[in-house]
Amino acid sequence: MIRRQALVLLTLVGLLVATYLWLYKIGVLGQLQCGTGSCEYVQASAYAELFGIPVALYGVAGYAALLGVGLAGLQPRFAADRRVAWLLATLATVGFAFTLYLTGIELFVLRAICRWCMTSAAIMTTVWFLSIAELRGTPSGTAPTR
Amino acid sequence: MNRFYLLLVAVAVIGGGALWYGSQRSPTPPASSAPLPVATADAFHGYTLGSDSASIEVTEYSDFECPFCASFATVQMPVIREQLIATGKLRWRFRDFPLPSHKYSRYAALAAQCAGEQGKFWEMHDQLFTNHQWAQTGQNPRALFRDLARGVGLDLDKYDACMDGQRYTARLEASVQEGEAVGVRGTPSFFVNGRPYTGRGTSDDFKALVDSLTKKRK
Repeated sequence: MIRRQALVLLTLVGLLVATYLWLYKIGVLGQLQCGTGSCEYVQASAYAELFGIPVALYGVAGYAALLGVGLAGLQPRFAADRRVAWLLATLATVGFAFTLYLTGIELFVLRAICRWCMTSAAIMTTVWFLSIAELRGTPSGTAPTR
Repeated sequence: MNRFYLLLVAVAVIGGGALWYGSQRSPTPPASSAPLPVATADAFHGYTLGSDSASIEVTEYSDFECPFCASFATVQMPVIREQLIATGKLRWRFRDFPLPSHKYSRYAALAAQCAGEQGKFWEMHDQLFTNHQWAQTGQNPRALFRDLARGVGLDLDKYDACMDGQRYTARLEASVQEGEAVGVRGTPSFFVNGRPYTGRGTSDDFKALVDSLTKKRK
């Protein structure tokens, strides 16, 4: 249960970070607080959108889905439900793969680092590890309790 | 469990509050009378070419991503440099006016300013306009600009630090505001001794203009 709680808490922080980047992208926030990083450069690049949609919005959707499933998984009736663990692991794996792609773009194509994107990448990586640990730790064949 | 949900709500409230605060604060544009830190501090009014004693000065408002500016810089400007600037008849002042519709023009202007920091503004200016394919592809030009910076002999560590720190953003903003104040609507726009120039932007026209102004003075 502690792993799911940690996962939910991290996912909430990730959702806030993704929302921050998305609000900047759509012009609600005027400037990113980035220190000496290259947040605005990365956010202004062509890679900040995928199929015409800001990548930060994919992050918002992904984190929101993970948060919803994670919160549901904290309910006593789903506490030992392996399907929840599978769903969390699947969502986190997709998010982690997307994170790897975006980090690769930053490091090898743009050669610039956006600290907020890196924060999100670290959160998603941790969430992925937690979801895999949760999947391995949930006994197989467990039925939902009522 | 209850403590966990309290923590969750606290994080949500604090984070949401910070986002709300940021959204209320940021969109407010600075008042027109607000000071522009870098620009006013260094009283920068653009890089110049030509003799300080030249009696005629042309101020050009330009956008590095604008195709007309590139055409002017690569076709007309070499003749103007050779026939008017190098001969001491004319001084040329370059001002940035990156148009909001252009994705990378501000970034290019910053690259030129960062090159200027190392005494290579005009070299970078020429490279940005000569290798103008970056403006057509829509691809992120960061790597190309670094190559251009290396090509003109910049110290790349200093260039990177300047670009990453967006050191001349305020200077750029001041240039745009100055352009708007004098009525610039598009690029390239020219002013001759402070007055709007409405002629064609060809080297022949500038030569004729300089000749007529020089004769008037005689």
